Amino acid sequence: MKRIKIPVGPQHPALKEPISLRMTIEGEVIKDADIRLGYNHRGIEKLAESKTYIQNLYLTERICGICSHSHTTCFAQGVEALLGLEVPKRGLYLRTLVAELERIHSHLLWFGIAAHEAGFDSLFMYTWRDREVVMDILEIISGNRVHYAINTIGGVRRDLDNSQKGRILEGIEFLKKRTGYYTNLGTTEPTFVARTAGIGLLPKEKAISLCAVGPTLRASGVPSDVRKDDPYAAYSELPFDVCTADTCDVLARVVVRVKELIESYKMIEFIIKNLPSGDVKVKAPRRIKEGEVVSRYEAPRGENIHYIKSNGTDKPERLKVRAPTLGNYPATIEMLKNGYVADIPLIFAAIDPCICCAERFVEITDSRGYRNIITMNEIKRRYPSRHINKDYIWPL
Amino acid sequence: MAAVKTFLYLFVYPGILFLFVYSTFCEWFDRKLYARLQNRIGPAYTGFAGILQPVADFFKLLFKEDIIPEKADRTVFSVLPVVGLAIVITAGLCLPLWNYDLDRSSFNSFQGDIIVVLYLLGLPTLIFFLAGWHSTNFFSTIGGVRVLTMLFGYEVPLFLAVLSPAIVADSWRLAEISYFYQRFPFLLLFQVIGFFVAVIALQAKLERTPFDIPHAETEIVGGTFTEYSGKKLAFFRLMIDIEMVVGSGLIASVFMAGFSGGLIPGLVRFIVKTLFVIAVLSIIRAMCSRIRIDQMVNFSWKYLTPFAVLQLLISIFVKGIIQ
Repeated sequence: MKRIKIPVGPQHPALKEPISLRMTIEGEVIKDADIRLGYNHRGIEKLAESKTYIQNLYLTERICGICSHSHTTCFAQGVEALLGLEVPKRGLYLRTLVAELERIHSHLLWFGIAAHEAGFDSLFMYTWRDREVVMDILEIISGNRVHYAINTIGGVRRDLDNSQKGRILEGIEFLKKRTGYYTNLGTTEPTFVARTAGIGLLPKEKAISLCAVGPTLRASGVPSDVRKDDPYAAYSELPFDVCTADTCDVLARVVVRVKELIESYKMIEFIIKNLPSGDVKVKAPRRIKEGEVVSRYEAPRGENIHYIKSNGTDKPERLKVRAPTLGNYPATIEMLKNGYVADIPLIFAAIDPCICCAERFVEITDSRGYRNIITMNEIKRRYPSRHINKDYIWPL
Repeated sequence: MAAVKTFLYLFVYPGILFLFVYSTFCEWFDRKLYARLQNRIGPAYTGFAGILQPVADFFKLLFKEDIIPEKADRTVFSVLPVVGLAIVITAGLCLPLWNYDLDRSSFNSFQGDIIVVLYLLGLPTLIFFLAGWHSTNFFSTIGGVRVLTMLFGYEVPLFLAVLSPAIVADSWRLAEISYFYQRFPFLLLFQVIGFFVAVIALQAKLERTPFDIPHAETEIVGGTFTEYSGKKLAFFRLMIDIEMVVGSGLIASVFMAGFSGGLIPGLVRFIVKTLFVIAVLSIIRAMCSRIRIDQMVNFSWKYLTPFAVLQLLISIFVKGIIQ
């Protein structure tokens, strides 16, 4: 059968952000896939070099709208390590509390999107309704629904009182019940299982060799979790299990995330009941002596890495962010191969992609100092618009 | 008098005007019920509880810019929505609602009209395929091919299920089948399997979840309708709404003893019975996720068709016993 190439994206209803997935298909079967990035680059790493550490907290928060707390925590941890600061225990516990609430909100959001991609809009509406509960809890704690701005260098900015604790526990109790219902629905509803079981296969060896991260890796049966392997914040004192599944398909990714929800509820209840007393933050100096640090954090989507290099001023010399989605792209190509065209959105959504988090820009300068700069006119010449050139279809 | 009656029949009730008003009402009913099942409010602003929303959508689309792709076949692309609308309205005229005489056959009620309705309801599928094919858009083409592939899945069980009550009633005229079941309502109990097979096949025919494969938004954008806009899209949407009314009307007249009792009681029966069928369709839509095209064909040949055949066997036995 003839092989044809089809573009999914950069503009496509299944993609919430622009990315180009180029599929080589034979009939309905995908033979090869290619991912092109760069439609959504924002220059955050460069911007970070011109801002102070405190300002950068708010900048890193805006790397991602969903795992905003992950990026600030990862950054603050790195800076605290550079400073050698000892964060008070209560501060660490509150950080962890917000982190787990964020995981719940992210996983519920993902579950809704996965259901929508599979054409199950009722489940989408239900999960997003219940997600409001956890959003409200986050608002109770931090005052904000999306960018919580709870972290500061040396601790957290707000404390928790008893009435807030009660409301959090109430919300968690409600969410526990709903999650039980979704577990049942997601694993037994025949049409949903038919769409998710056996597609997007990623065998264990492939997952390891392609450096998949987070729930995608755990769904292939690899019990890897930064919270357990390299505990940060308060995780070394919390009771939780690393959730895995062994069917290696999209259904396994659903199962892992639902299990993680239940683990998160357990952790939050433990934190609320065993919150240590004391301060929530310590004062941090503005300037940081020379040094470099790598900070790791288990974001809802997987392992998040920040590399910070300081040069003795109040601004970092370099901030390098490795968002989890970037780690999952090579594995995504493997998952897409030999799948059906109809499953593209579901397989791609199963890694919980956050495209703008993973956009990077590399400028290549050769040994003579030659920089390859493309002018606007050159772009116009190379990529004529469809309007002018009628035969032009797509630069595949 | 007969001429006036025919004129009213064609243009007012149950012709174009009634079908337009009632189909928009049914779309509202379907949307509202679907929304409530999903814990949403649904249409709320236009008219009482948003009842005029589908009408507003229709007129809004009429005034929108109408784009024809450069490489599309202009004539076919423009004619298809009108032809499709005409086909489903014609199918609507054959429902035994009003202006028919049980003893004599007329232009809207005759021996074999059940086949005519089924045939006319089969044509929109072809219209969708042609619409997708002539758009020359990649997504439309895939949508068009999926429409045809689905046709091979649901058409056979739909025919078998709808025709089996006709076998028991010993007539291929919708009015007579309805009249037969009004006299012997208990015989309908033997048609329960057929009813559900027909409803599921109708769901597939109307391309609603779990069978919304030809215009799966997250996979192939708008599918068949990707390139359609403005007036043409409005006509297509109206066509699907009327198809839903006619399809549920067909099921109601075959499986639910029709709409007897003259003009007003007949209208009330029609509304209650079709709304029941549409409610079942909405509930199925809210309960499922979209399946893949191969799963759909598998499902209809592995489960739907055998059940339809079983229904046929039951009908033949029942007929043997009552004779």
